[in-house]
Amino acid sequence: MSEVLPDGWEMVIGLEVHAELLTETKLFSGSPAHFGGEPNTNIDPVTLGLPGALPVLNRQAVELAIRAGLALNCTVQRSVFARKNYFYPDMPKGYQISQYELPINVDGWLELPDGRRVGIERAHLEEDTGKSTHMGSGGGRIHDAEYSLVDFNRAGVPLLEIVSRPDMGSSEDAKDYVAELRSILVAVGASDGKMEEGSLRVDANVSVRRVGDELGTRCEIKNVNSLRSLGRAIDYEAQRQVDLIEAGERVVQETRHWNDDTGRTQTLRSKEEATDYRYFPEPDLVEVDPGPTWIEAVRAALPPLPAARRHRLVDEAGASTRSAAVVVERGLDELVLAAVAAGAEGARAVTRAEHDLADDRARALDPAHFAKLIRMEGAGQLTATQAKAVLAEMVEDPSRSPADIAAAKGFEAMDHGELEQLVDGLIAAHPEDWTKYCAGEDKVAGFFTGQVMKATQGKADGKAVNALLRARRG
Amino acid sequence: MTSAADTARAVRAGERRATDVLDEALAAIEARDAELHAFNLVTADAARAAAEAVDRAVAAGNDPGPLAGVPVALKDNLCTRGIPTTCSSRILDGWRPPYDATVVARLAAAGAVAVGKTNLDEFAMGSSTENSAFGPTRNPLDPTKVPGGSSGGSAAAVAAGYVPLSLGSDTGGSIRQPAALCGVVGVKPTYGRVSRLGLVAFASSLDQIGPFARTVEDAALLLEVISGHDPGDSTSIPESAPALRQHLADGVAGLRVGLVREFLGDGIAPDVRARVHQAAEALAAAGASVTEVSVPAAAYGLSAYYVIAPAEASSNLARYDGVRFGLRVDASTTPEMYELTRTQGFGDEVKRRIMLGTYALSAGYYDAYYGTAQRVRTLILRDFEAAYREVDLLLSPTSPTTAFAFGDKTADPMAMYMNDVCTIPSNLSGHPAVSVPFGVGDDGMPVGVQVLAPALDEVTMFRAAAVLEAAAPAAGPASGGGAG
Amino acid sequence: MPAMPERLTRDDVAQVARLARLRLDDTELDRFTAQLADILAHATDMAALDLAGVAPTAHPYPLGNVLRDDAVVAGLERDEVLAAAPVAESGQFRVPPVIGEAP
Repeated sequence: MSEVLPDGWEMVIGLEVHAELLTETKLFSGSPAHFGGEPNTNIDPVTLGLPGALPVLNRQAVELAIRAGLALNCTVQRSVFARKNYFYPDMPKGYQISQYELPINVDGWLELPDGRRVGIERAHLEEDTGKSTHMGSGGGRIHDAEYSLVDFNRAGVPLLEIVSRPDMGSSEDAKDYVAELRSILVAVGASDGKMEEGSLRVDANVSVRRVGDELGTRCEIKNVNSLRSLGRAIDYEAQRQVDLIEAGERVVQETRHWNDDTGRTQTLRSKEEATDYRYFPEPDLVEVDPGPTWIEAVRAALPPLPAARRHRLVDEAGASTRSAAVVVERGLDELVLAAVAAGAEGARAVTRAEHDLADDRARALDPAHFAKLIRMEGAGQLTATQAKAVLAEMVEDPSRSPADIAAAKGFEAMDHGELEQLVDGLIAAHPEDWTKYCAGEDKVAGFFTGQVMKATQGKADGKAVNALLRARRG
Repeated sequence: MTSAADTARAVRAGERRATDVLDEALAAIEARDAELHAFNLVTADAARAAAEAVDRAVAAGNDPGPLAGVPVALKDNLCTRGIPTTCSSRILDGWRPPYDATVVARLAAAGAVAVGKTNLDEFAMGSSTENSAFGPTRNPLDPTKVPGGSSGGSAAAVAAGYVPLSLGSDTGGSIRQPAALCGVVGVKPTYGRVSRLGLVAFASSLDQIGPFARTVEDAALLLEVISGHDPGDSTSIPESAPALRQHLADGVAGLRVGLVREFLGDGIAPDVRARVHQAAEALAAAGASVTEVSVPAAAYGLSAYYVIAPAEASSNLARYDGVRFGLRVDASTTPEMYELTRTQGFGDEVKRRIMLGTYALSAGYYDAYYGTAQRVRTLILRDFEAAYREVDLLLSPTSPTTAFAFGDKTADPMAMYMNDVCTIPSNLSGHPAVSVPFGVGDDGMPVGVQVLAPALDEVTMFRAAAVLEAAAPAAGPASGGGAG
Repeated sequence: MPAMPERLTRDDVAQVARLARLRLDDTELDRFTAQLADILAHATDMAALDLAGVAPTAHPYPLGNVLRDDAVVAGLERDEVLAAAPVAESGQFRVPPVIGEAP
């Protein structure tokens, strides 16, 4: 439930995310999918929609779509491409090849870090459009442009369109969903998921209703280029709709454009009627039916996904849901699990990873060293403060062992055996003080501790010394 | 006139020079094409360069290919690199493709010499070539009459004797019907047999490229050269080119042939009907058993076709928008530019079909029109398959009438569409079919009979075509005459 | 089977022309409406068929899984392509003001 809206109101959010797939070439032709460079230098007859050109489907795009679909718990099925017909200058054929009635992935779900699930209706393949730049006095805005320039470098790049069910009730949920989706896509190598660079594009469908009522009319919000903008846009739009309804007006179903500068959504120039895309099956392409062999091979090769990694931390390291989310998000779960496997205390390992390893470089830590550090702290060889300091230096130079660092910093990790020897030696050297201590003069412990500290230049653990003395006394 | 097969043999053997063969072709075109307008463009220089290359290859002892030195005409909806490809439309006037269609490349690799681009109904939409934006083509046998369409120019180029071979495209009969009206052989292969890469699309699930020739053997030769899997066309069948010629003389003894009841209805002219029955007798005399069969859903072919083909066309022609190539009529906004460009660039028949197709696909009408038509298509396919369980081949007229006069059918689009009643169903089913000249009608104009075969069975189809070619009557009236 | 719609009207044709980016004058609108209505009326004969349980045929020849390797293939040179462009500027295709966002 969102805190943003007045009492009695709730918002309903669904997200459509377009992810650029990490293939070498475009969806239907052999031009590179990723490129820098001058406009219209990455083109071919299919990309330009020239007369006589024909599309041929990229096998790797299908592979990545299957990977993403399985990672999102979808059913991967026989699918058919369809033409989505509309006119726009960056859409060279006058239609986009997409999937409509039979998409490749259906009926999945994604688990948010707090354990709740968001349903995924479908995830299908489609081609990207080119780019229009609006020129003239208007500062790049369509409405004031004198003319436009079109670049087809991007046209034909493979996209996976992932449509969630309207299961989210707050902008926080929406942001968590996108962050989790991005992690999943990156983990399986389907996309690099960079919102700011446009390889992950998010459109939000937002509606509001009084609690208990039917679903309200929704608006689609476009032009959201970061997680922060997503949150702001959703909150603004939901409040806008509530204000409208409370003023006795209706919410008009439309597409609205988020303006990050003004912090508002605004209507795009409205069209008289909803666009009729006149979808029909693409006659230039044949059906794709991956079959169980291909699908199971992809499933078997999937890497551990964020949700599974979180669950493992909870099960094997005793992490809380919240802590597990942070640790996995940082990519430090392997580190923590290695520490546990090496005998370190799970809770302590999780705590250090969660609170003291925010630095990106922490991922490069040597698992054996990390495990050792946790065990050293657990064994009392390092205080908490000392452990954090050692950890910080391990991040700076992962090749150094915690023992070496501790030694260099003077946090000499005294071997317990060494300590015993030292104490026994002092006992032997100071028989009268020892007799007094054994007779019950506890204060004499201070003498021995002082001697131990002198001998070790203050590095011994006082508590351990006292424990030893008491043990020797019997 | 020398057949393509004989020309190729002579050129490969060094007995004839390809440049001499070309000169004859160019002279024939020069002598008559101002009248007939079979060509939109004659590419003499490029042809000469190709012919010279063939002669050099022969001189060097290299094999120039099975079509060495044979002059070929290409329908002007086939992309030819650097050479204008107009689809006989103003909207593509002057456009030069940056690549060759696969069939164009295969012809060149086989040593053929492309001499030019032939006239067609605009974007292949029509049955008379009267819809060309550059003026009609005239039937070489009677210039007051149409050559048929949409591949009228390619049919005329062969019928006029300019070239022994040409390529056309067939979506609803656009090779077979002009072949019949001009008295030449025309073949629509199995869908997917010939790559569509570089064919400017009209209706993608129906379009196929195919040969025109004066003889069945020549048609087989050309089809062998252009057939075969193309990974650049996702609808291209996996099979490589079939060996058609080696079975041409096998005859039809023991084959079962079915006369299609639905293609011999009231709309067929009596003289055409008579020739078809004569053809049936010729096949029977050659040892086939001929019966009548029914393909019931074929009666609905026209209806299904005039929903499906325009629907696909409306989408295929959306790319003609003035942005990247071709005609642009300038305006103050892009939406207006689209409208002016397309309105001025497209002729009436194209506009009609675009609107028909847009309507059939639109929200609320998709199920009733497009959805229904694609289901009727399934029935047509099933009924053909059922017929082919009873017989090996089917026989019918190609066109309901012989060639008609200019302007005869332009007032009413439905009247023009009726020309394709016998040819359309096999486009919907994807089955191969050939039109073979078989005598003349009462007006002395050619009649074509159509042989249809199951998918992928061009070999059997050609065997029957060869028998019909050999048995074809000489000129003379069909009805009331007796044999010949 | 869905019932065949009512006869095509002038408004239908005007709407469809807009969708297809075609501009018709009044005479053309009348003429095309009559012609298209006739063609569609002819198509209503399909309503007589029993299509229950009949699946649509999208492709006459059953093919599936036609896929291409994910390897770069040389494309087109920009100069050649822009030479064919009606109006080009700065290596791009120039068009008049576009007016709306993509639908």
